[in-house]
Amino acid sequence: MNEDLPQEYGPKWSDQRVERMLGALVCGVVALLLALIVTVFVHAWPSFAHNGLAWFSAGGDVEEQLNAISLSAQTSGDYIYTFHAWPLIWSTMLITGGAVLIALVSALFVSVFIVEFAPEWMSNILQPVIRFLASVPSVIYGLLGVLVLVPFIGNHLVTEGQKASVAGVISLTGYSLLAAILVLTVMIAPLMVSIFSDGLRAVKPGWIEGSLGLGINRWRTTWKIGVRSARPAIVAGTVLAVARAIGEAVMLAMISGSVAFAPNPADGLIFIYEPSRPLGPTIVKNIDQLSSPPFNATLFSIAAVLLFSAAMFSLAGWLARRSMRKYLMP
Amino acid sequence: MRDASTQDPPLTVPPVPPPDQHDPPGAHQRKGAVEGSATWSLSDRIGLAICWALGLLFCAIAVAIVVYLLVQGIKFLRPEMLWTPAAAGFSETETGGFSDALFGTLIVAAMGIAIALPIGVAIAVWLVEYGRPTALARVTESTIEAIAGIPSIVLALFGTVIFSSTALGFLSRSSEGVVFGRSFFAAATMLSLVALPLIVASVREGLNSIPRHVREASYAVGKTKAATTRRILLPTCRPQVATGAMLGLGRIIGDTAIIVVLLGATQNFAPVEGVGFPFNYLRGAGTTLTNFVYEASPTGNLNQPQKAYAAAFVLLLMVLALNAAVDIVHRRARKVGTWSH
Repeated sequence: MNEDLPQEYGPKWSDQRVERMLGALVCGVVALLLALIVTVFVHAWPSFAHNGLAWFSAGGDVEEQLNAISLSAQTSGDYIYTFHAWPLIWSTMLITGGAVLIALVSALFVSVFIVEFAPEWMSNILQPVIRFLASVPSVIYGLLGVLVLVPFIGNHLVTEGQKASVAGVISLTGYSLLAAILVLTVMIAPLMVSIFSDGLRAVKPGWIEGSLGLGINRWRTTWKIGVRSARPAIVAGTVLAVARAIGEAVMLAMISGSVAFAPNPADGLIFIYEPSRPLGPTIVKNIDQLSSPPFNATLFSIAAVLLFSAAMFSLAGWLARRSMRKYLMP
Repeated sequence: MRDASTQDPPLTVPPVPPPDQHDPPGAHQRKGAVEGSATWSLSDRIGLAICWALGLLFCAIAVAIVVYLLVQGIKFLRPEMLWTPAAAGFSETETGGFSDALFGTLIVAAMGIAIALPIGVAIAVWLVEYGRPTALARVTESTIEAIAGIPSIVLALFGTVIFSSTALGFLSRSSEGVVFGRSFFAAATMLSLVALPLIVASVREGLNSIPRHVREASYAVGKTKAATTRRILLPTCRPQVATGAMLGLGRIIGDTAIIVVLLGATQNFAPVEGVGFPFNYLRGAGTTLTNFVYEASPTGNLNQPQKAYAAAFVLLLMVLALNAAVDIVHRRARKVGTWSH
């Protein structure tokens, strides 16, 4: 003991020094995040500057615009930046929204089940199952989607009549909104379940008992007291799941169809069988164009939009949780 | 502190009596209140049925994924695939295996966690033990949260900017001043950011669960804060460090976007010429199992679904092994009583 005392008191590992070193490291990580944000927006700027708000609007064929951007870098010094991303944004909104909605409802039921109603053996099975589903790599979900779900939808769910009715516009092969939403739901629901059930477990037992004591049955008590007071956790889990869903690129690149097409719900239910391509997969599919300056700016502008929307959802979640502070457990 | 640890064994916290597993605070009254659903109204009972249905559905999905990949894996996985590199060819019999992808996954996982673990532990220690000034601590917390929320494809694009800069040319291939920017160094560095938030969260939880009096006892015998952290706090929350590392590993081996962008669209190692042994590979492009599965799927460039299944099966085995390891650590820690809940 005595031998190493001088060492531990020595200047090399003195508290101030360690604190300063750790503090510097922490500052470095914060700086890295700032650098990331600045870099992405600086690289994205040419695209936004040329398009203005029209970047977010519909207009023309996205594939043709991307081709023109890529050609302009090869042929002349005049770079073309024209890019109207609405079909991609719309596809992202539909897929993310659909998946988050389904996942939210089912995750609520499953977490209530795990925490309150499942028999011991059932929750002992469900918890590892949820953990497993959350840890399966997205590319495996993508592979199963492409080789199992997509052919199933293409061969069995979509009728010949439906295929013929849109034959001139788009071909329905099974790569569809439906496949993307279903697989994405399975990917994000486990994340929600694990956060929701932590929240439900932390509800003050006194509140639950109070309600039970008033003669309200366990089901209603759970939903009116448990789920309500676990709302901060529900918001947190949903925000995390939305961030994951918006950013998911590889799995969606495999099964969403990779056509810059905007499915229109006004066409009736057939729109869920139509292919599309969200923002993330557009980056993955065109990554080999990264070295051409105008294309680089376009891809970074997509990344900037992803980053911005993820940040906005976090902010919204933070504001929502602030207003629910009274439910937070000490 | 060179070899002090060999001379005097680190002070460890005497095991706290294990918390009763079936008795998480607050839950026991509820579990005790046995109430059948017989007296409930119809809508409540339908709700409970939905709970059961969804719970069973999740189990069924998990079983289906495992069984389906197991069947396909057994059908298509040949042992020689594990040590044959991918080759060009016209049919699935000519194209070799995916040994480079398998080794690539191992290399990337090792490098990524080697970067993320020390940084993650250091950040967690700073947040819990130091955390001054408070403003910086709050900023750091939000930063870690933000990093967890950044889509990995955005991290990948950021990586292309950093690693294509001439200053970092020594980490990848460069010719005539143009830096290629795709290498194991680049991919592993960005992947470590993916693992970082998980490690920080896990280690923080561990440090927070150590009672205050343990630290005070250590200060009372004259240990500095740094020594206390190193000798007492970190050894005590070893299970949480291990859990964080394994969760991080799972995310690293499962990530595809960063690999596709930063490791290169090749299926073989592409070592850089004229560099010493490990570095020629690490500075070169490569591939991992996730990238192989992506490229070998029908939407990729190779389109060899059978090999994609085989590689996905190997990947799934790795994930299952990591899950099992987390479980074992969890259980052992509970037995010893250093786990918080």
